[in-house]
Amino acid sequence: MKIFEEDATSTQISRPPAQADYLLDRLFRGLATACAWFLLIVVGLLLGVIGVKAVPAISEYHLGFLTGTTWDVNKQTFGILPEIWGTLYSSILALIIGGFFGVTMAIFLTQDFLPARLALVFRTIVELLAAIPSVVYGFWGIFVVIPAIRPIADWLNAEFGWIPFFGTTLSGPGMLPAALVLAIMILPTVAAVSQDAIRQVPHRIKEAAFGLGATRWEAILRVILPTASTGIFGALVLGFGRALGETMALAMLVGNSNQLSLSLFSPGNTLAALLALNFPEAGEHEVPVLMYAALVLLLITLAVNMVGTAIMTLTSSQMRTDK
Amino acid sequence: MNVPDPLLANNQTLGEIPSLKRSLLEPRGLFSTLLSGAAWLAAIIASVPLVSVLYGLIVRGGHRLSLEVLTELPPAGFEQGGGFGNAIVGTLVTVGIGALISIPFGILAAIFLGELEPDSRVAHVARFSAKTLTGLPSILAGVFAYAVVVMTTHTYSAPAAGVALALLMLPTVVLTAEEAMRTVPSNMKNAAYGMGCTRSQVVWKIVFPTALPGILTGVMLAVARAAGETAPLLFTALFSSYWFVENGKADLMTPIASLSVLIYNFSGMPYDNQIELAWTASLVLVMLVLLFNILARVLGRKKF
Repeated sequence: MKIFEEDATSTQISRPPAQADYLLDRLFRGLATACAWFLLIVVGLLLGVIGVKAVPAISEYHLGFLTGTTWDVNKQTFGILPEIWGTLYSSILALIIGGFFGVTMAIFLTQDFLPARLALVFRTIVELLAAIPSVVYGFWGIFVVIPAIRPIADWLNAEFGWIPFFGTTLSGPGMLPAALVLAIMILPTVAAVSQDAIRQVPHRIKEAAFGLGATRWEAILRVILPTASTGIFGALVLGFGRALGETMALAMLVGNSNQLSLSLFSPGNTLAALLALNFPEAGEHEVPVLMYAALVLLLITLAVNMVGTAIMTLTSSQMRTDK
Repeated sequence: MNVPDPLLANNQTLGEIPSLKRSLLEPRGLFSTLLSGAAWLAAIIASVPLVSVLYGLIVRGGHRLSLEVLTELPPAGFEQGGGFGNAIVGTLVTVGIGALISIPFGILAAIFLGELEPDSRVAHVARFSAKTLTGLPSILAGVFAYAVVVMTTHTYSAPAAGVALALLMLPTVVLTAEEAMRTVPSNMKNAAYGMGCTRSQVVWKIVFPTALPGILTGVMLAVARAAGETAPLLFTALFSSYWFVENGKADLMTPIASLSVLIYNFSGMPYDNQIELAWTASLVLVMLVLLFNILARVLGRKKF
């Protein structure tokens, strides 16, 4: 190897670090420390910058901004209750669908249902779902998902229109197509994090369950899932956080209509979509208002993500001490 | 002598123990089989979207894929033909700026977290911040870059988009690089310390080269994610229908095109030509993203 040849030809076989080396060492370590601090500062800066830019709007609209239901640039009235509702509603719908499939996928991939090679195929499919850009999902949603679910939606509306969830017809974009695409987008997160949680369950617990005569699903439902439940809960919280902040798929599919409705087929709006659609053409007065909306979204997602991350950190350290 | 046959005695008691073999028709076994079937069904349903997206991209976008589409400017209105060459360049430029900002910062922070002081309080809080940033909605990275760069420079530009993308790439780079450095065997480091190396010499000559494949994996994943981002570009890079480099001159402080924003813009247009181009652009973008994902996998293969 080259290093050894150099050493052999140099006059000194080895030398202790020179004063300059120590100086460099100090400098380098200082720089690395600064960069680690910078990570903290970034989170602070995010809150600080968006908060400061939102101040004019906060002092003008106060908390009434959160409960107002109109968004009218000409009349200078702004309220984001429909957007908050739309964000939560679409995310909860996505969490129900994506959470169910994500956790099932995690069980399916960890509990030896498949020969190793086939498991790899499904694992790759789930991972690739995360690699598709959200704008492509949105585009696909417009041209594939909406036409596909429209007949079902029309039928549900005709037969079960008296149930508030099916109260309107699907005129194109709407809550359901948005939530479906959102569910696909959070599925990889939920599946990956749940898999980690399930893998952390010690093997002997499962073996003990089999030893007592449990069937495969009795072992999964009564032993493995309860043991991994905190981790799976963390996965769902992280998936929920993802869904809250997801922008493009919703901006393209949710319909961007400022209304409060329980119906799955009526158009709605979300905070992220509101920002995406209004920022490019925002006037002088609208920017602080949008910053206020961004601050609300930031606070909600930061809180949800911190809870999710904290749960994950707690469970992994607990499992480590258990072993 | 009439010793009782031990086997016989066993057999007699065995007769009273219920058989260990389980019938598929017994309720518990049936329940288990049904659930297994349901799990299979769910897994197959979950694979439908990916198959459908890829099918759509290849069938609807594939036939327009040509050199012309990759090198021409976007068409306006009723124009036929055209392409998205400037958007490909724009995506590479914005992601490149994001990488230039986030990679040095991320790797240095990862060195601190993985090697210098992994158990200090700063490290714990920094790691937690990085994990929280992983879940930062991409649109808010855009809002931040808008507030910091666009509002101070008074123009939409590639660097503004780069700042937003850097913010989204940072946590991936930090967390994977840290993980990679932790897998470096401590024997190697101890040997170097034993020779009298300083800590930074150990980091640069032992840890960094050994962990390099893992670090590059993180970088590739971050690049793949950034290339597909749209929301933070909508109001930092905006869009441009012209080349970034025109007549040999490039003005950094002007709006710049990107593939993802082009797809978004064209998806809402009433013209068939633009819709077709959006499918083709989606195909190109997905291929670009998958390319970086595959690179990440190839690099990330365990070498030792």
